[in-house]
Parts: sequence; C-alpha cells; structure tokens
Amino acid sequence: MESSVSIRDLSLDFGSVKVLQSLDLEVAKGEFIVLLGPSGCGKSTLLNCIAGLLDVSEGQIFIGGKNVTWAEPKDRGIGMVFQSYALYPQMTVERNLSFGLRVSGMPKAEIEQRVNRAAEILQIQPLLGRKPANLSGGQRQRVAIGRALVRDVDVFLFDEPLSNLDAKLRSDLRVEIKRLHHRLKNTMIYVTHDQIEALTLADRIAIMKNGTIQQLADPHTIYNRPVNLYVAGFIGSPSMNFLEGTLNPANQTFVADDGTVVPVGTYAFETPVSGSTKAVLGVRPEHILIGEDAKSKPFTQEVEIEIVEPMGSDTLAWTKIAGKAVTFRCDSDVVITSGQKILIGFDPARGSIFNAETTNRI
Amino acid sequence: MAEATLAAQSKPEEISTRPSLLHNIFLRNLSAKIAALPMVLTVLVVFVGCSAWSVIYSFTNSGSLPSGKFVGFAQYERLFKTARFVGSAENLALYGVLSLVFTMVVGFLLAVLMDQKIRFENTFRTVLLYPFALSFIVTGLVWQWIMNPNYGIQKVAFDLGFTNFRFDLLTNSDTVIYGLVIAGLWQGTGFVMVLMLAGLRSIDEEIWKAARIDGIPAWRTYLQIVIPMMRGVVITTLVIVGSGIVRLYDLVVALTQGGPGFASDVPAKYVYDYMFARGNLGQGLAASTMMLVTVLIILIPWAYIEFGPKKNK
Repeated sequence: MESSVSIRDLSLDFGSVKVLQSLDLEVAKGEFIVLLGPSGCGKSTLLNCIAGLLDVSEGQIFIGGKNVTWAEPKDRGIGMVFQSYALYPQMTVERNLSFGLRVSGMPKAEIEQRVNRAAEILQIQPLLGRKPANLSGGQRQRVAIGRALVRDVDVFLFDEPLSNLDAKLRSDLRVEIKRLHHRLKNTMIYVTHDQIEALTLADRIAIMKNGTIQQLADPHTIYNRPVNLYVAGFIGSPSMNFLEGTLNPANQTFVADDGTVVPVGTYAFETPVSGSTKAVLGVRPEHILIGEDAKSKPFTQEVEIEIVEPMGSDTLAWTKIAGKAVTFRCDSDVVITSGQKILIGFDPARGSIFNAETTNRI
Repeated sequence: MAEATLAAQSKPEEISTRPSLLHNIFLRNLSAKIAALPMVLTVLVVFVGCSAWSVIYSFTNSGSLPSGKFVGFAQYERLFKTARFVGSAENLALYGVLSLVFTMVVGFLLAVLMDQKIRFENTFRTVLLYPFALSFIVTGLVWQWIMNPNYGIQKVAFDLGFTNFRFDLLTNSDTVIYGLVIAGLWQGTGFVMVLMLAGLRSIDEEIWKAARIDGIPAWRTYLQIVIPMMRGVVITTLVIVGSGIVRLYDLVVALTQGGPGFASDVPAKYVYDYMFARGNLGQGLAASTMMLVTVLIILIPWAYIEFGPKKNK
C-alpha cells in the first residue's frame, strides 16, 4: 500500500531527556492512525514533530514521499487541529478559515470556494459571520477542523481534539470525525489518551510509552492479543485481571501463587515454552462467565461476591481468585448481591499469558 | 451533592430578605460592607470630595488661603492668556506623544525579544525593569549628570578627542524636551515591557502553532492575531503610561527645573508654583482642574470600553 507518512528512526532529546527513541512508523494513504498513551508518553511530541512544530534530533520524516524532516510546517501538506481549538479570537469564523489562504496570496474566488466547501462539509455555514467567543465548544472544534480542511491537504493531524468537550459532545463529534474520514479518505493521525476514542476511530492504534511504540495494530488485535503487560493493562475499562504464578508447559497448567491450578491446554502460545516459567495470566472481565455458562469452561471456581457495581448496561462484580481482586462483567438482568456464592469460569484461550520477567506475551 | 445542599440552605434566606430592600442594601454580607467602608470613605472624601473642592475654588480669587470670592471663569481666562501655561501644555503634549509612542513600541519590541526563549531572561528582565524601581528624582539627577556638557557624555567624548561631539540636549531650549523624553523612556520602558511580556505569555502556545501551520509569518501573527488578543493588557498599559505623563512633575524638577527659561515647564509644575510658591491658589486650582479634565477625557472613554455595555466582541 502507498505510504502517506513515514517516520524513520526518529529521536528527540530535550537535553539529556529522551522524549522519543528511534521510532519507526509507516502510515498508509487514507489510514486513520491513533497514537494512544498516558500523558508524558511522547504522543503529542511525535505529532508535533510530524507537523514540523518541533525539530527532531535524529531520523527522518517523509510525507507523501517527500522528505520533510526540515521543511516548514506550512510546506508539509498537513492540517492540524488542537485541543484548545486555537482559533483566532478577534476574527470571524470566515476569517479564521480563510486567513492562512489570504496570507499565502491565493485568489479570492478560490478562497471563497474552499471556505464554502469546508463550511458545507462541517455544516457551519450559519456560523461564518460569528466570532469564536459566540460559539459553543463543539462548534469551535468544527471551525478548527474547517481550518485544516480549507488547506486541502492529504494529512490531518489531531492533537486531543475532543478533550476539552463534555462527554455528550465528545461522542457526537467522535462520530462526526469518523464520518469525515469516510467522506474525505485523508490520512489522519490522531493523538488521544482516551481509549474509547482510540478503539472506535482507529484503523490502527499505536500504544506509546516512554517515547516508544509498544504495539501497533488494529483495535481488535490490541484489545484481544496485547503484546505485553503494559498494553494489556492500559487498554480496557475496567482493566484486565492479572494472576501471578508459574506456567508449566509439561502438564499444560498455570499454577497461581496460592496453588490455584488453571489448565491452559486451549491457549494458543505465541512462542513455544520450555520448562516452568514465572508468568502472569490476564483475563478480561467480560470473558469471565457465571452460572451455567461457566460450567463448560476449562477453569471454574466457586467464589464469594464482594461488591457489585451496576453500570446500567451491565453489572460489574468484584471477587477474589487466588487471593487477587478480580472483576467480572455480567448481564444487568442477572441478580447478584454481595456475599453471594457463585460459580465462575473462563477459558484461558480468550486470555493472555505474559512472561513475568520480560512482560512480553507468550 | 454539596451544591444541592447549599442551594437548599440559601433559598429560605432569599425569601426572607425579599420583602425588605433596605435590609438587602445594608445588612446583607454585612462584614464585607464594613470591611469596604474605609475605602469607600476614602474615595468619597479624598478623591471625589477634594477634587470637587479644587474645582469649586478654581472659580474664586483665593490667594494663599482658600477664602476668596467667586469670580467665575476669570482664573481660566487668565490661565489661557498666560504664555507659560500654554507653553507648558504644549511641552506636555509633545512629551506625551513621543513618550507614549516610544514606551509602547520599544516596550513591546523588548517583550517580543524576551519571549524568544532567550538565555538569562530573568537577568535581562531585572536589568530592564530596574529603572522603574528608582524614583523620578534619582532618574532625573542621573540623567542630568549624563547630559551635562561639562561632565557628562559630551565631556567624555571631548576628552577622547571628538571635539565636535555635542550631547547638550538639556541646555538648549529647543531640545530640552527630548532630553526629558529620553530619561522618561529609560525609566518607563522596562515596566511596559514586563506588562507586555505578561500579555504575550498569556497567549496560548497552540495559537502560535496554528499560525505556523497556516503559514502566517511571525510579524503578521503578532500584528493581526497576538496584539488584538492582548487588547486588555495594551489598554491597561496605555492608561498607566498616560496617567504618568499627565502628572509629569518630579522628573522635570530633578532634571531641568523647568528650564532653560520655561522651555521644559509642564502643567503640574505650573500648578505647584502658583499654589505654593506664588500664593495664588485660585490660579493653581484652575490649572489643576484643566489637568483633571484632560485625565477624564482619557479615562471616561476607556472605562466605557472596558466596563460599559458589552457589544458582540
């Protein structure tokens, strides 16, 4: 597939602090990539490097096949949307959209045509005469997207564009960004710390930590086959349950630290394991079943429910397996109460096993 | 939860206070009102009261004591026929325009330089702000020495062999006002710079990033985006610098004593001389009333713009 943005061996240091470490990333044309990670992981820094707002220490950046490592931001063929919207407050929406084009000396007719097209796509025509102060947060962010749109570029960069909006607007605008991507088919690189945004929007997600990409894969793979403990723990809410213990390949069991035995014959190992290894078994809350459904699973155990959290669409229950706090999700119609004894079970095939030392998936 | 209980608590109180407007005015938030009372009195007695007193007595023929009889606009007629006052007003106007333009422009440019993530920013900022910590008397004295032909810069240049070099602004009645402007700039620019720097720092960095992506050159970003966003800071600075110009007095006294002749006289010095040196209170108060009027002409439009009815800005 044709490459749109290509980052090769990129490093960025601020003095002795390594913010990005020899990072490689290939983004295909028309792909929606989400950079996901906690604050301080370097995801926004990476985006700023792609935009040309930060000078890189080492490595190269190609956009549309051109080496733009040292090009000015305006010459890179990118548009960018910021968390704070960064609209010019003294200008009307129309001026905000057209200002960059005017400065570049584009003919008036063309400017008008581009502004109208962007306004039509984003449905902000009625707002063109207003100033940003008179717009709601969602409207402001649309205008900010419009400002990237009128540049008629191939690559869109989003720096946490929805973080300043309230929950309702956020989910509305999220769908709208997805719709925009379907319509325009531009390459989009999107930075967020919100995993729901990442999972819903992305073609591929890059999970970042300490300036490196931990895993780059489609949302399904990231969620179901995390490459290491960090990714497994970061993605998913409520997060994955972890049991520490020893993996014995000889009799295909995982023995938790307190002696609880989990048969792992159904688990598809990434790499062959020889000899018993210290390992961590991870199971997602929704993969733990209760009652009749649990009986047929390789691992079953009767447990006592500690706390129940009704979430509306489903119910979250807390209990202990092998001395570790474990959450599981069940249908909201099922009546469970704290103190109740219940049979739960899961299939390790749907879980993940990590080497306790390297934290990598095995 | 907390908000809900607060609202529930405050509701009965609101209902109980509604019948009595007087109660609302005097007893609600009583402690706050008591705390504000001294300042309210100060404003009413000192600012408003004394200003009114000055204006009233400017219509009398008072000598050394405020006891004269009412003479209408006679003091003002005399004021505008006095070459010294008209001259001093012209001096102030020239000083004001030059000083305002240069402190604002130079102060802003310095702030822009400071904002370039330079090294030793704190040192530069302190050095440039330092003159502001000095009184005008000290500034005046220092610059009097620097600009004195007999032992200032001109003397140094002369001793070095540049015998044609002239730096005698203060001894020439045509140029003395520029000497005042230079000393005033030295004192005030740092302060303007600090205010402007605070304004620049309040601009979200993402605005700059957005402008760079849009390909807007830095100078246009400053002119068309950043300065309009700093409107509040700019207006505040203008008012502070402007009021400093109108009451200009101590710098003149220390630097030139209004001389040579009356070439660097200013209205405040005129007022002082007539009130305390010449024992002509009526004339002095008439001049000071004219200064008050000038200040009001500056302040009222500003207050209207800043605090008046908000249009769709």
